[in-house]
Amino acid sequence: MKPLTITDVRIFDPASGYDEIGHIGLENGQIAEFGDIEIEGDILDGSGLICAPGLIDMRVRTGEPGKENRETLATAAQAAIAGGVTSIVIMPETDPVIDDMSLVDFMRRRAEDLPVNVYVAGALTKGLDGVSMTELGLLSGAGAVMFSNGAKPIEDALIMRRILSYGSVFNVLIANRAAHPDLSRGTVAHESDRASRLGLTAAPAISERIMAERDIALAELTGGQVLIDLVSSADVLEPIKRAKAKDLDVAASVSINHLALNELDIGDYRTFAKLDPPLREERDRLALLAGINDGVIDVIVSDHDPRPAGEKRLPYSESSPGAVGLELLLSAGLSQVADGRLDLTAFLRAVTARPAELLGLNAGQIKEGAPADLVLFDPEMPWVCDSEKLRSRSKNTPFDGRRLTGRAVYTIKGGEVVYSA
Amino acid sequence: MSYAVDIIDDVFGGIRPAARALGKPASTIQGWYEAGTIPQKHWQDIIDIARDEFDYHLSPDNFFPAEAPPISAHGYPFQQPHCLSINDYKRPDIDTLLNLGAHYLDLNVQKSPQNSVLAGKTLINLFFENSTRTEKSFELAGKRLGADVISMQVASSSVKKGETLLDTAATLNAMNPDLLVVRHSASGAPALLAQKVGCSVINAGDGMHEHPTQALLDALTLHQAFDGEIGGLRIAICGDITHSRVARSNVALLNMLGAELRLIGPPTLIPMDADRWGVEVFHDMESGLAGCDVVMMLRLQLERMRGAFVPSKREYFHYYGLDRAKLGFAKSGAMVMHPGPMNRGVEISSDVADDPNISLITQQVETGVAMRMAILHALSDAQDRRRGRIS
Repeated sequence: MKPLTITDVRIFDPASGYDEIGHIGLENGQIAEFGDIEIEGDILDGSGLICAPGLIDMRVRTGEPGKENRETLATAAQAAIAGGVTSIVIMPETDPVIDDMSLVDFMRRRAEDLPVNVYVAGALTKGLDGVSMTELGLLSGAGAVMFSNGAKPIEDALIMRRILSYGSVFNVLIANRAAHPDLSRGTVAHESDRASRLGLTAAPAISERIMAERDIALAELTGGQVLIDLVSSADVLEPIKRAKAKDLDVAASVSINHLALNELDIGDYRTFAKLDPPLREERDRLALLAGINDGVIDVIVSDHDPRPAGEKRLPYSESSPGAVGLELLLSAGLSQVADGRLDLTAFLRAVTARPAELLGLNAGQIKEGAPADLVLFDPEMPWVCDSEKLRSRSKNTPFDGRRLTGRAVYTIKGGEVVYSA
Repeated sequence: MSYAVDIIDDVFGGIRPAARALGKPASTIQGWYEAGTIPQKHWQDIIDIARDEFDYHLSPDNFFPAEAPPISAHGYPFQQPHCLSINDYKRPDIDTLLNLGAHYLDLNVQKSPQNSVLAGKTLINLFFENSTRTEKSFELAGKRLGADVISMQVASSSVKKGETLLDTAATLNAMNPDLLVVRHSASGAPALLAQKVGCSVINAGDGMHEHPTQALLDALTLHQAFDGEIGGLRIAICGDITHSRVARSNVALLNMLGAELRLIGPPTLIPMDADRWGVEVFHDMESGLAGCDVVMMLRLQLERMRGAFVPSKREYFHYYGLDRAKLGFAKSGAMVMHPGPMNRGVEISSDVADDPNISLITQQVETGVAMRMAILHALSDAQDRRRGRIS
């Protein structure tokens, strides 16, 4: 394979803090060298663009296997590269549920020829029933990079304790949704003046804090590694900060939707803005952005959840939650950077180096010998999101018609340009 | 058409002399003069005084206007395409509707040929939730105005076979109805329908969101009972506010009309941040009812409750049920309302509910038909004007 040199590009590596204009030489699927180097082989002109490690999205749902009308791995891969994402972690909420070694293997083989790296999150419990623990060790050996119970948290504290305790032997990352089922079950909105006026059943933000506190306490007890998945409220940051100060193995993730939108985006029952966890108040959004900037929240995910229009065009309480996001993760984040709410380094770290570290992947960094998975983006390109033009098979996005700033121009995977705008 | 002007000018010789003769404030007479109508309960007094003091022989026939007041009262045409939420309406819209409602109430909601303003129009009642009074009230209102009325029993039709709301909407739209009355258990469902059909949609209750026609009929009932003076009344809405769409619509409407509103109920049944609705919130009846002119009781909606909001019906009645003793905390002569159906002995005692001197509950049902006639008439009129403009 001929070497490729990206020329005159602003090389931005959030892990090391390297930020200089130069060339990057790619060879044999790896970053050979970068900086002030000789130009060799093919040339890709990167002037005016920023080159960063390809994004790693730790929370993606597809419909394959089982619900191919929503999304297949192939369409998800196309959406991913259009958004500068080069690695995705598939959630186990498929049909059948990924709770067995053979399914992990099946997913990995299905994804072999795709233009993105596909990793699999194993189910925490069989059939996501919340009770019977899966074979964490064997699944992890078969290639599951983390474990999750999908949208449903592990309700029973005893089960959670055993999972964390047993999982600590294999040093696996256990993601649990921060939502207390007793307070959140059957609700469709964030408890506020807004939801009361709209007459929607609502969960209080405190539901999230109670669950997060429980999981942090259990992590402390067992020595397990826990990811507080999809935080959405301001008050949950305090316990996470405390856990980190105690040096516990606790990390937190947030979806890009909760950094870019708030409950007012629901407007008059816009079901495309119906998400789980629900969109909350502006003060929550600002606190979450601050949480990324100061490192309390580790990871930003797209929480990509494709749903056909038929599941969305229903009365608010009956419609499915969820939004597609693979293609918008980078742009929505860069828009917050352009607004001055988010620090570019902190943002990129939360979608590259930090997820790679949590998942134990050799990715998410620009260094010699690292895989040549890169994104070249224009941080200032203005564009308007048109849901019909998204590459996902489902077009459910709350960003339809919104103005965004910043967009991926080239996506490179394994040294090859897999997407160019 | 404005018989009130004729009576006040010709019989009494103007507003002030009429006020003196009838022993009413001039502002009340002014109100009749402007509206062109006089509430029915004053007719007998006027007939008696006109005969005894002015030797002028009036009969109830004099109080029947030849036709409905113009929809564009106050020089502001009613242009609303739908009736989905009180918040879509402005004060002049509300005044137009209340005047028109008072007109139909004066006619004693009779069916008469002059009233066939909806002749040739189709009204479809689409009730996804069971209802007796609202559905029949709309049916009667439609029929009295000469519309063709169809009531769909959706609970037993194709929805059970998996048809979605929007499919149902498309099917109904193909039948070209003019007015669609919808009740649905999901908040926002009528608004979703309104985006997909070409006719006027009337929200007859959606989940815990709004019930605008109930609020309008409550306002009309108050309008009649307090001679058109709703502004300045102190009104308490008591009970299960969280699950009540009636409360949400009433708060919006009565606030717009200038009433002083209070919400009373246990904290579990008062929504989060309700103090931001422009109301005062109380958790006990004694302080909440102090000085109230009107007490509006709400039904404890046991069917919408998951888990315990109150420990028992007995305890609820003890602290929040309206009986004579608790009514004593309100202003003397305070009136009692309830949107129905009542849970007797849970939120209201029978002797309060059934006392015609203090209870407006049966009047609410009567004004319900008149108010719905007014809403249907106004929407249909706005529709005609819109269509006329297009073609």
